[in-house]
Amino acid sequence: MFVPCDHGGLSATSDFKGFTLLMPAVSVGNVGQLAIDLVISTLDMTKVGYFYTDCLVPMVGNNPYATAEENSVELSINAEVYSLPSKKLVVLQIRSPFIKNKYRPFCQTLLSWVKSSKCARVVLLSSSHAYQRDDEQLLGTPLRYLLTPDLEKAVGGLMQELNWKEMEKVAAYPGINDTEKVLHIPGGGITKRLFTESCSKGIQMAVLLKFCSEGDNIPDAFALVNYLNEWLQLIKSASDNSTDTSSQWKIPSSWRLLFGNGLPPALF
Amino acid sequence: MATFFGEVVVAPSRAGVDDEESAEEGCEETPEDREIRRELEKKREIDVCWTLKSGVPTESSADELFVCSKLILAIGHNAAAFLSSFILDSVCWEVIGAVKLWNEWCRTSSTTNVLPTDSFCLFYRLISDPTVWLCQCSCYVAEDQQFQWLEKVFGCMRKEGLQVTILSTCPVADYKTQESTLTLPSPFLKALKTKEFKEQVCCPLLEQPNIVRDLPAAVLSYCQVWQIPAVLYQCYTDIIKLDTVTIEAFKPLLSSKVLKSLVKVKFHI
Repeated sequence: MFVPCDHGGLSATSDFKGFTLLMPAVSVGNVGQLAIDLVISTLDMTKVGYFYTDCLVPMVGNNPYATAEENSVELSINAEVYSLPSKKLVVLQIRSPFIKNKYRPFCQTLLSWVKSSKCARVVLLSSSHAYQRDDEQLLGTPLRYLLTPDLEKAVGGLMQELNWKEMEKVAAYPGINDTEKVLHIPGGGITKRLFTESCSKGIQMAVLLKFCSEGDNIPDAFALVNYLNEWLQLIKSASDNSTDTSSQWKIPSSWRLLFGNGLPPALF
Repeated sequence: MATFFGEVVVAPSRAGVDDEESAEEGCEETPEDREIRRELEKKREIDVCWTLKSGVPTESSADELFVCSKLILAIGHNAAAFLSSFILDSVCWEVIGAVKLWNEWCRTSSTTNVLPTDSFCLFYRLISDPTVWLCQCSCYVAEDQQFQWLEKVFGCMRKEGLQVTILSTCPVADYKTQESTLTLPSPFLKALKTKEFKEQVCCPLLEQPNIVRDLPAAVLSYCQVWQIPAVLYQCYTDIIKLDTVTIEAFKPLLSSKVLKSLVKVKFHI
């Protein structure tokens, strides 16, 4: 459930009517979550509440977006909500994996919050196992999108203009029967479940995902967040004739030491 | 993926296990599956048994909650032993409750006469001030049981005027720092506090990108969300088992506002 930071009831900071909800799926390489970190850090978004749930593994730490001594001591938990009213943007960041058997309850709680808070649409950032691509998917862009029918009506044309590639359906019974096609997002965590539930509930949802593998996923996060920016225009690119905004995303201070500590000097 | 030293290891996905996908792709649960799942869930349920004496004004009933001003929670053998050594005794404190649980790692003992190496979760109350509570939780509370633990323990308490102090330990190898942990003088203490906690902490705060997990994280998250002043003292140690050096690392806490008045006086004959 959503719990606002200030418990004074529904204050101005937690009114999300008409906002775009941006959130990650906990998926291969944690690319969605890394991309969300970049968005929150670059846009200097304000924390407005917590998503208190029993579906995620508990964790706490100090402010992951700290820029100075003064703002480094605020406690952060595993699921928090940030907002930027000037861009009508609300962001949910998820920082830990799901507890077994809790995928479905989480999706239900999340979608009912989307409906009750009257968000206009949801954008889900995700990823999928690169090794599961077929021959055609190995060529060209590793980025894909999906739109629920309700959002397709609103922005479908824009995706054509941007020259984006829709996520392909795969054969339900490969090798046996190639006519029946289903959506398959291996490594995508709750992506497919959230998407199909949104389709049936009439929620406007877009999924933006990247094919990737586990490893150093920082470049994948940049690729995904630039892909998102092509559509939502969250930040402007430095020069007019380039859409590459890589250099303008601010890496949060919590990305330090992602691959371990320093080496013991006695080793050498 | 390749590690720092160049060896290639099979890395499990950091995104967690995807077995849910296969579960929802295919068939729905059969009645037998549902029955098995329910039995497993029942086995993993946590029971909190309060053993308060009758006639005590702070008894909990269906609509009455315990009044608790201070809750000191020691998680793990070393933290629990610290409280046993410096705070707890049979004269000033009485046992008021126990948590019974089972998981793959441990089963709690049902007795209140426990050894430091047993797995148990007991609640004590200061006889002279029944709003001061202490909990020693040396059993491992699994991730699917942590939320239950929180709701069943904190669900019995009035949150107004409550302050929580958590003591816990974890391996120093988990500590992220620029230098190697081999050269770090351990054990050492680091603290995390909720927004509402305004008192002095007894050691440096835990720097990013370090995080805390398991029951200490669950309790601190609960306190942060529901605006309860709380502080967690995490001791990073290189000893896994019960150890006096690790226990002594908590000693700076004895000068804190909460524990100062509770330190037991030893009579030397």
